[in-house]
Amino acid sequence: MALKPAELKKLKQTALRIREQIVEVTYTCGGAHIGGAMSQTDIMVALYYKFMKFDPKKPLLPTRDRFILSKGHGGVGHAVILGYLDCFDKKELLDFNKTGSPFGMHLDWLKVKGVDASTGSLGHGLSIGIGMAIAARLQNKKYHTYVVLGDGELHGGPNWEAIMAAAHFKVTNMTTFVDRNKLCIDGPTEEIMGVEPLKDKFEAFGWKAVEIDGHDFEQIVDAVEQSHKETEKPFVIIANTIKGKGIDFMEGLAKWHYAGLDEEMKKQALASLRRMNKNG
Amino acid sequence: MAKGLTWTIDDADHMTQAEIYGEVLTKLGYEYKNLVALTADLAGSTKIGRFQKDFPDRFFNVGIAEMNLFGMASGMAASGLLPVVSTFAAFAALRCAEHVRTDVCYQKRNVKIIATHSGTSFGQAGTTHHCTEDLAVMRAMAGMTVIAPADAYETARAVVAAMEWDGPVYIRIGRSFEPPLHKSMDSFDFEIGKAIKLREGTDITVIATGRTVPGAVEAAEMAANEGLSVKVLDLHTIKPIDVEAIMEAVMETRRIITVEDHNVYSGMGSAVADVIAASGKGCVLKKLGLQDEFSIVGYPDDLLHYYKMDADGIVEAIGQVMKMDFEADEDWEDEI
Repeated sequence: MALKPAELKKLKQTALRIREQIVEVTYTCGGAHIGGAMSQTDIMVALYYKFMKFDPKKPLLPTRDRFILSKGHGGVGHAVILGYLDCFDKKELLDFNKTGSPFGMHLDWLKVKGVDASTGSLGHGLSIGIGMAIAARLQNKKYHTYVVLGDGELHGGPNWEAIMAAAHFKVTNMTTFVDRNKLCIDGPTEEIMGVEPLKDKFEAFGWKAVEIDGHDFEQIVDAVEQSHKETEKPFVIIANTIKGKGIDFMEGLAKWHYAGLDEEMKKQALASLRRMNKNG
Repeated sequence: MAKGLTWTIDDADHMTQAEIYGEVLTKLGYEYKNLVALTADLAGSTKIGRFQKDFPDRFFNVGIAEMNLFGMASGMAASGLLPVVSTFAAFAALRCAEHVRTDVCYQKRNVKIIATHSGTSFGQAGTTHHCTEDLAVMRAMAGMTVIAPADAYETARAVVAAMEWDGPVYIRIGRSFEPPLHKSMDSFDFEIGKAIKLREGTDITVIATGRTVPGAVEAAEMAANEGLSVKVLDLHTIKPIDVEAIMEAVMETRRIITVEDHNVYSGMGSAVADVIAASGKGCVLKKLGLQDEFSIVGYPDDLLHYYKMDADGIVEAIGQVMKMDFEADEDWEDEI
């Protein structure tokens, strides 16, 4: 079902607010994984604000949909979304990375309300998601599980163990995204360790795979709806994204994987976000 | 009688630890409707095929992919299931240690791990399939409970106890036909964290764990013939460790030998040493096990003998420790 113009506008506005807040947190806490947080934002805004059954006041409700950020370094973006959903007081985000804060670069479900699995070490999230999805099936629960993988993360073997298992166990009550921003820490994925042809690889492993623009809400929504209808194969949405999306001086540059911002850069970043939002 | 022990396995004398485990797991499957069993192409070797037969929908074989094994178990435990993971100790503790750490312990997921073929019990398979490091690895994981049952009966009791125990549990068992230590399933008290006193003694204490326990009892009997009074503790739980039982041994005998089918570095003996050192009481400690080396190939019983973890080796160690003159002063009051 196509997005209504008002709905589309609201998602875009929400994504802008989330990105602005990520910039604020990055500035305040002295540094964050800002590049990847920017690339994943539209996917996560679509999931949390359009699809997921999730009550921020009851974050552990057994019937809730599950969300696992397997690329755990995107934690700053995840925390901002959960703050905006009022899982906790947004002001707490200003303590991000500080000694004793519940928020570190990689979120821990035991400390941050709304998080379903503690991630950070790569290659863990998909297996956990499969476990949650199978548990739903075994217990006749209706919740859906969403997993967001990084693309550099796919260098690692555990993911391919999980990708093989998801097809074998016919895990269709789970939707997986690859945040394909094409950069890992040391540079372009295809230079460091190529992951292409990614769609073919997933298909060869028995998945249904689609490729979309990960910053186009209509395409994201359409792909997720398609994944809900799939009954035979696990479903992956390879979302082509831009690391640092929305901030002109960051876009497509590996060096913004983890970085800090001074006051001037923060101003420029916020201005860029607002400008790009208007134009796009 | 503990929950789950309203039945008996009469034939336990003729079953391996792993076979008993398979039987017990199946029984528990009827009791705990949320129990799921996972393995990595070792359903046959870890003897959980019986569970698969009775509960095909609650059995998951992930193939030879142990990292995914623990990730899936973590997700299942997070969602209302009680996962029991069975594979060889070498793979559970070493190949995917980081997945056990990050997915199970760090996230406080209630996953039970039954690691078979531990120590050198898979004799002829050699070092790749032995595991003489798992106690060290698992002890170091925050929140992990670590148990090494001595025989098939203890294995059954440990598995049953683990179901009601809050949090992750690592149970290391053997592969071969370990001789039974106990007479029957209910002929002894089993409580996680409580050592079993098998024999009283005043000259020296032998603290053994896992498949070395029957040899310790035999050694005590052999030493008794030489006029020595040997206390024997079956320290089936390495973590949380039974401080009280160890300190009682320190005070009563002041000489302790530990025996474990494991590297002597950071295993059970080291855990006992921690307790003694922290107490400030003087005590001689000799650790039997693999002396920081990789294991040779051989029949499992031969390996116990080769590494001096059997009755002969323990008797030899008793002789050495009894000769040690570690403190002329009999006054304990000056220590701490």
